[in-house]
Amino acid sequence: MWALPMTLIITFVVYVALRVGTDPLASYLRVNQRASPKKIQQYIETNGLYEGFGGYVRGYLQWLQGFVTFDWPRSIKGSREVWPEFRDAMFNTLRLGLTATFLGILIGLSFGIFVALKPGGLRDATVSTSSFVAISTPPYVSALLLQLLFAVYWSKWFGESLLPTSGVYPPGHRGFDLVLMVKHMILPVTVVVIQVVAVYARYMRASLLEVLNSEYMRTARSKGISERRVLVRHALRNALIPIVTVAAIDIGAILGGLIITERIFSYPGLGDFFLGAYDNGDFPQMMPWMFFFTLVVIAFNLLADVLYAVLDPRIRLG
Amino acid sequence: MADELAPNAPDSVSPADSSVGLRAESMSPRRMAVRRFTKHRAALVSLIILGIMVLFILLAPFTARYGVNEAVFKTSPENPNSFLSPRGIAWLGTDDIGRDLYSRLIYGLRVSILIGLASAFFGTILGVAIGALAGLRGGWIDDLLMRVTDLFLAFPFLVTLLVLRSVMSNVPWLKPIVGNPTSIRFVVVLFVLFGWMGVARLMRGQVLALKEREFVEAARALGASNTRIVLRHLLPNSAGPILVALTFAVSGNIIAEATLGFFGYGPQPGAGATSLGKLVGSAKGALLPGYWWLVVFPCVILILVSLCVNFVGDGLRDATDPKLEGNR
Repeated sequence: MWALPMTLIITFVVYVALRVGTDPLASYLRVNQRASPKKIQQYIETNGLYEGFGGYVRGYLQWLQGFVTFDWPRSIKGSREVWPEFRDAMFNTLRLGLTATFLGILIGLSFGIFVALKPGGLRDATVSTSSFVAISTPPYVSALLLQLLFAVYWSKWFGESLLPTSGVYPPGHRGFDLVLMVKHMILPVTVVVIQVVAVYARYMRASLLEVLNSEYMRTARSKGISERRVLVRHALRNALIPIVTVAAIDIGAILGGLIITERIFSYPGLGDFFLGAYDNGDFPQMMPWMFFFTLVVIAFNLLADVLYAVLDPRIRLG
Repeated sequence: MADELAPNAPDSVSPADSSVGLRAESMSPRRMAVRRFTKHRAALVSLIILGIMVLFILLAPFTARYGVNEAVFKTSPENPNSFLSPRGIAWLGTDDIGRDLYSRLIYGLRVSILIGLASAFFGTILGVAIGALAGLRGGWIDDLLMRVTDLFLAFPFLVTLLVLRSVMSNVPWLKPIVGNPTSIRFVVVLFVLFGWMGVARLMRGQVLALKEREFVEAARALGASNTRIVLRHLLPNSAGPILVALTFAVSGNIIAEATLGFFGYGPQPGAGATSLGKLVGSAKGALLPGYWWLVVFPCVILILVSLCVNFVGDGLRDATDPKLEGNR
């Protein structure tokens, strides 16, 4: 049960870093330039912006109390409620992230299997090299190139652009429209999928090759089990064990790729939310973000441990 | 590594025996590594491409056709030469104020590679020192190190970089050390602070594995100090993995600089310089009007650099880790 103290320690460190880095009071004074000393004092007290190490501890506890009781401080710029925007951004990101992760892992694993069954040939070289290229390509570069091709030049050549480049809906659109939404998601999803596919194809190839060279594969074959059954029941199952745990820990990296992708496609998700808050030095918006993120990472690390123990009977949870 | 470690070097085989057809070739580990590296064709090609790039940026006064801020032709208000597509006077086209993209790419690559090399180098040194300390001392230093790296590696790298960046630029007493948030020095310090963790973990693992070995014990029994053990025994024996990590750090830092630059948080090298990050960043504005050369060429150069460095790293990994042989 190290998860709870760990969360508190990490978020405290993050709190101090953000307090020092964004200086909420300075941001507040930038926005409210004519605030009276009394108002400033009031702002310090309601938000717990005390100075010194003791002040940071006090401020953190005060912030935490407000956070868990859903009494979140309002954003500095525009003094808006943070939660509704955060919630909308979260759902947008989940929609994008889950679609992309699911597709990416599925395609990546298939590529990995496809290659590992016949290593060393042209097939292997093609997939391995292209996944190497994809890993070396930052997401914004592939995003730029895709936008250039499918939106800008497509409209030059064929009259109208094939895919929209930004947002969830066209500007001014109201209500829910599945087709439009999917159309807006195609390019961002592709960008994330490229990264995920490359990573997982490599993982799966390495993992499956290792399993295929192991002794129990020979045992299974010599028992006279059909090749198909050997592959599915023995090889794939065992090859997937390390992948599952890696996937659970990798969640941070995937969300990181989402930040960049969201910004380029002006997709109103958590990444865009964070960068917007960062640009304004908006502490009340950044802190819930970091807290939420810490929780997710710790939860997924726990999940990885549990999954590993469940999938691999040799490992027992200590 | 010491020569006496060389395997398969039987002394009894004299040159005369080679005529019989049983030729025992004695090879030092270093030579074997070089041979393995040259077998990795992609790595070799990448190394050559990188070499050409380095030549280009070292000889910038000759290879660049215009100055970094010089417009092609002497521009006049009615003919600013902006957004020229690729042609004879500007091989890769010109940007919004008529500057030659080809020349700017050379100057930008120079700054980016400088940032990548410098920050990877210092980050690796810092990481090796901290990792060796944690591995040798153990105890609370080790625990603290592992927790700090956990914390840093948990968040997406852009978030960590941005938060670190804002902390660094807001602590007054750091100012004289790290400089202005838009300076190159600031970015190098930022990447060093961010980049030591991977190496520290690696070095710690190496030290933990090596310090139980007999040769370290022997050195200790002879009265060698910790410093000597690290510098003369542990470091040479983990040179391979560290070199590989260093290589990947170079490409990682070049990409990171470009990422920061792309989002507008990167260094703003003064009037006489540019960087890949700035060039890729300016591609955003060129996208919708369809000035494709301003998008494609910086992107291609960025991919090419990072790909080549990664391939070299891959080749080095194969070369320095004999266990991997036959696995490819």
